[in-house]
Amino acid sequence: MSIRHGLLALLERGQMYGYQLRAAFEESTGSTWPLNIGQVYTTLSRLERDGLVRSLPESEAGQRPYEITDAGRADLALWFATPVSRTDRPRDELSIKLALALTTPGVDVRSVVQTQRAATMRALQELTRLKYASDRPEDLPWRLVLDAMVFQAEAEVRWLDHCETSLVRYRPPAPGPQSPDASRGAEAVLPADEEARR
Amino acid sequence: MTGSDVAVLDVRDVHRTHGTGPAAVHALRGVSLTVGPGELVAVMGPSGSGKSTLLALAGGLDSPTAGEVRVEGQPLAALDRRGLAQLRRRRVGYIFQNLNLLGSLTAVENVALPLELDGTGVRRARAMARAALAEVGLPDLGDRFPDQLSGGQQQRVAIARALVGERRLVLADEPTGALDSQTGEAVLHLLRRRVDAGAAGLLVTHEARHAGWADRVVFLRDGVLVDSTAPLGSVEQLLSGSGR
Repeated sequence: MSIRHGLLALLERGQMYGYQLRAAFEESTGSTWPLNIGQVYTTLSRLERDGLVRSLPESEAGQRPYEITDAGRADLALWFATPVSRTDRPRDELSIKLALALTTPGVDVRSVVQTQRAATMRALQELTRLKYASDRPEDLPWRLVLDAMVFQAEAEVRWLDHCETSLVRYRPPAPGPQSPDASRGAEAVLPADEEARR
Repeated sequence: MTGSDVAVLDVRDVHRTHGTGPAAVHALRGVSLTVGPGELVAVMGPSGSGKSTLLALAGGLDSPTAGEVRVEGQPLAALDRRGLAQLRRRRVGYIFQNLNLLGSLTAVENVALPLELDGTGVRRARAMARAALAEVGLPDLGDRFPDQLSGGQQQRVAIARALVGERRLVLADEPTGALDSQTGEAVLHLLRRRVDAGAAGLLVTHEARHAGWADRVVFLRDGVLVDSTAPLGSVEQLLSGSGR
């Protein structure tokens, strides 16, 4: 998602100046994505350079409103019509952290999993509380943004549960000269071993 | 909880073992947990982790092998069968995944049943049942039989039955069952509202999204509490942060 398309969508409602755009942007994302005014003006000037918005004469109060152009509308329509690619999203620090924790000597991976799960669960509780507090019909856009974060957090907790279950069965390959096949064989008998000990 | 509050539910170092010898299954191994008034605690864990056993012990449906359970300060072990039955009718409400509604009774009769069994006059019990049905959003469907209601409506009747009267402790076992996500959310909304009005709630679930409704979440693994989230701050604190 670009701030670009966010601003274009807002301008599709009608002309606005920078501070109005910032307020409307934060309102429609429920303040989950705070913008500074500098970002707004930088983005507006790029949009204007690309012919997607045009600036209008300054008001008496010295505010310069912007309006969307036909090219801007076409760009916006294309954005709405195109699914968001997963590869455009930022790399997932958590999965990388866990992968590294597993292969770094001396790291208590279970504790990393449990600490993260408690934190993610807490975020989920907080999001739910915010949802509970916003049940007016006009809160729907904000509730849907919260729902997105709720489902993401839920997925993360499920994945962490999955990691924890997998860790119960996991034994790192013994150090020393062992062929890859032998170490796989040793791991394969461990789950049954684990069951037997319970 | 402040010092003057007595925990509504106090589970102390509880063990529950089924069977003996090498075949023994240790469902719970030293679990301690308190739930205060106005607090909703969620217990999360995979199947077989001991969640439902914990709930059964909390409601006096089962007894621990060791340790103690108190409801409003009353040790459950000190109650005889009659005393336990009375506790379950008066002070503890259950919301089960399988609704346990009686098909030959109307919604109002189902909800009024625990009150009537407890000696409340029929007229008064049914008036309270109608109020409870209104609280869960079914003010006009009280005279229908369960099979004349949708799954979501039946679940609401079951909740009304759990909430009717002065229930101080509400126990819910996967209360959203097979309901769609909107209806499931409405169920949790009702539970949350009752807890906000002063009841203590214990919610067993394997879904993080549902546990999100709780003030505190504890994680059970193989009969042991492995970790828990701290109680939450205010909504204002959260809004001043940036999501996560």
